Amino acid sequence: MTSSAPESAAPAALPSVPEESFGTRIWENIKGGNLGSWPVMIGLIGIVTVFALTTPNFFTPVNFNNIITQMTGITMLAFGVVFVLLLGEIDLSIAFLSAVAGVVAAELQKPDGHHVFTGIWPIVLALIVVALIGAFQGSFVALIGVPSFVVTLAGLLAWQGYVQLQLGAAGPIIIQSRWINYTAQYFFSDSAGWLIAAIISALFVGGRLGLMAQKRRHGVPVDNPVLELIKLVAVPVLAFGVVYICNKDRGLPIAGLEMVAFLIFWTYVAKRTTFGRHVYAVGGNPEAARRAGINVARIRIIVFAISGFMAGVGGIILAARLSSVAPDQGGGTLLLDAISAAVIGGTSLFGGRGEVRSAILGAAVISTIANALFIREYSNGVIFITTGCILLFAVTLDTLARRRQAKTGR
Amino acid sequence: MTDTTTPTLELRGISKSFGSVEALADVDFEVRHGEVMALVGDNGAGKSTLIKCIAGIHAFDEGEIYFEGRPVHISGPKDAAKLGIEVVYQDLALCDNLDVVQNMYLGREAHDPFQRLNEPVMEQKTAETLKSLRVTTIRSVRQAVATLSGGQRQSVAVARAVMWNSKLVILDEPTAALGVAQTEQVLTLVKRLAEQGLAVVLISHNLHDIFEVGDRITVLRLGRNVGLYERTKTTQQEVVQAITAGAPTKVSGISATQGAPT
Repeated sequence: MTSSAPESAAPAALPSVPEESFGTRIWENIKGGNLGSWPVMIGLIGIVTVFALTTPNFFTPVNFNNIITQMTGITMLAFGVVFVLLLGEIDLSIAFLSAVAGVVAAELQKPDGHHVFTGIWPIVLALIVVALIGAFQGSFVALIGVPSFVVTLAGLLAWQGYVQLQLGAAGPIIIQSRWINYTAQYFFSDSAGWLIAAIISALFVGGRLGLMAQKRRHGVPVDNPVLELIKLVAVPVLAFGVVYICNKDRGLPIAGLEMVAFLIFWTYVAKRTTFGRHVYAVGGNPEAARRAGINVARIRIIVFAISGFMAGVGGIILAARLSSVAPDQGGGTLLLDAISAAVIGGTSLFGGRGEVRSAILGAAVISTIANALFIREYSNGVIFITTGCILLFAVTLDTLARRRQAKTGR
Repeated sequence: MTDTTTPTLELRGISKSFGSVEALADVDFEVRHGEVMALVGDNGAGKSTLIKCIAGIHAFDEGEIYFEGRPVHISGPKDAAKLGIEVVYQDLALCDNLDVVQNMYLGREAHDPFQRLNEPVMEQKTAETLKSLRVTTIRSVRQAVATLSGGQRQSVAVARAVMWNSKLVILDEPTAALGVAQTEQVLTLVKRLAEQGLAVVLISHNLHDIFEVGDRITVLRLGRNVGLYERTKTTQQEVVQAITAGAPTKVSGISATQGAPT
């Protein structure tokens, strides 16, 4: 489809590409203002080690499963936050949008005579509603240019109001639909768990090897082989390890699978599709994106729809965990936890830099700390202060990386 | 290809006003393939307006435009791109957070049959294009643009413009923010574009640059043509004289006379 300037020699690698060592690659990334996932992964290992040594009943299969189910809601919201942050925008409405999805799904599944929506339909419709709300809010940002902070702050208030109107007088709605409740409460059998681990490992290894073969065919330099090998071993080990621990308790929780499924899906969207590429471009330099012919407004609206959609997914899972929606749904620290998760995971607040996986990594940090401090019978106050300190640390790292980048540029 | 006598781009009698301000008055301009045409003039001479008109960002009020001898109508940036006209703007328009390959293909990504981004193909093509332009200072095409020097960034922007079968590349002050060595790098690249048969328009304030790479020099003053020189047959003094005090070379009967009915 494309052809380069006239004279083009045989396909060859770049002139004089020195073999990049692992260290220089990370250093280049840091210089480019991209810290990657290393700080949070190292931090997470450190946190788990410290609590495992000091806190009884923390490093057990039962508690491992608890942490997975506790972090799922935050993770789902944080996936959406990652995309919004990649644009350099913010979405404050997600916590109450998640409650809206919970309320809509709960209302639709009510077995009160007119059984119109059964099975999976309450979930599907609730997700469509919140995705449309997200797109609606996003169009104010994209088409009119209202700052996203204000648009979604208005959303935060309005959707909180909606939830209170729906539930304030009537009280909580009990959810009886198994379709909804199972999204948070189902555990796979041991053998199903192993099968899932095998499928995920095969997908990952197959995908990486395929990409490598493709690169080789086109004479393009392949990534550092040592790092590649580490990844090829680490992901299957992680998958089977998680299933092994879960199987010692009730089995792999479906919430764990949901997180991994969305992780794979959104990573694919962000990294392998034109849309994902354009999200990064708009976040990095909207003017350059516009001049390259990208429809910037369309990208922004879709991203806010994704944010609403993922808030809905999280909201339904959070409602399912309690088999009900209550008037305080979406309140508390959910919003701040979700945004903190994305930022702690390494996604930049300044747009254009970040990875989908940072949602899961950040949520793991937040949930692990909250879980361990709760076991040690610290109050919520201590948990908030700790999370706040970690958030400040993560944002400081991000800002320092950006300043370094400004210095090395040009 | 085109025979050498037909200009790649020819403008005849171009006029453009913004309200009561006459930015361009009856301007002629041409550039042939394989040549670097320098476009010079003081601030406000109408250089930027002229290239924005060629790029389809502004529309002419009057005048005709011929591309490879055929009369054409450019009513938007897409029309210009379709003809093979690429503009490298002064403020670069690269995304710092993306790597070289991603920037080169921004907005025109290559796909495989499953609509996935085809990274190996894009990476290979980028490496080839840079190689054919002999841009050798970029260590890896997978480096983020943020880590590149000014000259390297300018090289990427230029390479992006020529990768798409373009026939005419317009460079708006490509060396304005660069150091001595990097300026040299970019000027060598500009010469190479012309050697490869492209028509190149170079806008610059720097007469040294222009005399180093320009084949011909068009001078604008206050929105009018005041001179067209061949580099080998003129001097810097002559060009400076034209920029600062040149008289219109073309007295177009009616529109030059103030207040005359049109």
